[in-house]
Amino acid sequence: MASREEAEPLRRWGHRHPTIAIGGVLLGIVVFASLVAPTLTSYDPVKPSFSQRLAPPWGLGGTRAHLLGTDNLGRDILARLLHGGRISLALAVTAVAIAGVVGVVAGLAASWGGGTTDAVIMRVADVQLAFPVIMLAIAIVAVVGTNPLTLVGVLALSGWVLYARTIRAHVLTIRGLDYIDAAAMLGASNTRIILRHVLPNTVAPILVIGSSQFATMVLLESGLSFLGMGIQAPLPSWGSMLAEGRDYLSNAWWLATAPGLMIALVVLGANMLGDGLRDLLDPTLRNAEG
Amino acid sequence: MRTYILRRVAQSALTLLGVSVLVFVILRVLPGDPARMLLPDGAPESAVAELNRQLGLREPLIVQYGLFLRSVAHGDFGQSFQYRAPALRVVLERLPATVQLTVAAMLVTIAAGVSLGIITAVLRGTRYDVAGTIVAVLGQSLPNFWLGIMLILLFGVALRWLPTSGFASWTSLVLPAVTLAAFPTALVARLTRSSMLEILNRDYVRTGRAKGLTEQSVVLRHALRNAAIPVLTVIGLQIGSLLGGAVITESVFAWPGMGKLIVDAIFFRDFPVVQTVLILSATVFVAINLLVDLLYTVVDPRIRYS
Repeated sequence: MASREEAEPLRRWGHRHPTIAIGGVLLGIVVFASLVAPTLTSYDPVKPSFSQRLAPPWGLGGTRAHLLGTDNLGRDILARLLHGGRISLALAVTAVAIAGVVGVVAGLAASWGGGTTDAVIMRVADVQLAFPVIMLAIAIVAVVGTNPLTLVGVLALSGWVLYARTIRAHVLTIRGLDYIDAAAMLGASNTRIILRHVLPNTVAPILVIGSSQFATMVLLESGLSFLGMGIQAPLPSWGSMLAEGRDYLSNAWWLATAPGLMIALVVLGANMLGDGLRDLLDPTLRNAEG
Repeated sequence: MRTYILRRVAQSALTLLGVSVLVFVILRVLPGDPARMLLPDGAPESAVAELNRQLGLREPLIVQYGLFLRSVAHGDFGQSFQYRAPALRVVLERLPATVQLTVAAMLVTIAAGVSLGIITAVLRGTRYDVAGTIVAVLGQSLPNFWLGIMLILLFGVALRWLPTSGFASWTSLVLPAVTLAAFPTALVARLTRSSMLEILNRDYVRTGRAKGLTEQSVVLRHALRNAAIPVLTVIGLQIGSLLGGAVITESVFAWPGMGKLIVDAIFFRDFPVVQTVLILSATVFVAINLLVDLLYTVVDPRIRYS
């Protein structure tokens, strides 16, 4: 009984912010399931098992042994989804973190440095935005090679600009405010003003962008893997599972369906979380995203 | 006004210069031995040495960049060894298919996105609004390669209504265009909705209603016209992202455009073609951006840049 009472404020909060609650739960389920993948499923996501090829999902002609069926090499699809999720989500989280740090530093430097620094950073951002992200990504991956490090680098590269631009705009509005002037007049150094007074006020946009960027990165990574330029076989990845499933559309539709649903679930969750956070923390950001 | 235009043009030129530097860095500096990369596998040593000399690969990087810029400015992007023809010609041959796909997707985006936005704004709070909003949120979350495959599964494999790959008749265009349009449609719908909601609260809309105008006239003639400005900008800017989306959509549907070309070129290690597609699409994007910015000042006379 006590636990229900404890959950009451949480439930009420969820009612007031349904987007955050639903988004958080969707994302939470996938993240949690991926984290504990080895305990949820005992199947090996990589080792083929030819006697079990193309078994349909449970309830659609399949058995409970393979809830979501098996693929063309007889591997359990659920196991591959969950293990693939660990790789995809880890790559996306790392990339968002790197993009965030680089972008925030660049945005702070541009807005605080002004003049040439500002011009140079913003022109570099313009140049990068001139390329469709996926084209730039596949060109770099093709030259440097497909390894997880390159992937994280490419994903992070695609993300820093949005942080930099938003933080820059945000800081430019904060900069003229009285409390910053007051701090400066009291003799606070630039570093102190930035760390103590500016940075804490940019937490809201950083969180909001981070959440929607996470969705973008998962999409980009699975897109690259779908094209054969992301995570390489035999490692499972949602994008490459989709690409493999494409060849079996007419006789085994579940191969391509399941990984797509997984990506959609994560992206939907992260987008809803981002939208909800934006409305909660800073409604003025509504128009900041293009 | 004139200084604004001049400044904007100069800025675009600077961006293009930056584009050339970035492409140069990716294709000439990142790989250890660009001459070998720019030639087909198994090319004789003499050819490698010849290309090394031609590209000036023994020169300092800044001189190499100068040579690179000079040849690009002359429209010389190298020879595609997959097609044994000038890379620029190979890419330009694929351009019409991509333009066709992008324009079709754009039309779907405008028709579906703007209508969905208007409907959900006018019927705010009803179940139609909720349904429309859910559709829009889904449109932004479904990966387009998955959506494309699901459309193939439904309309190609199960119902056999539409062709699923290649470029045969106008019916081939339907599935790729819808796939490519899903994301921008959702974006435009959400933006139109919020923009319309803001306008529908304005005094002149109330005045219009008070003086007995029909609801249709109020919504379409008075509100939509003013709500259209931010929507137009976003639609203009989406053309750039459509080029990116085309990479995956064209690969899913084997659509013979620039997007599929660059993916194939990468697998054949046909780097002259990769370089051409990169520079060309960035140029198109920068040009469209410039155009949208300039049009903006015409569409909305309140905006005057100094």
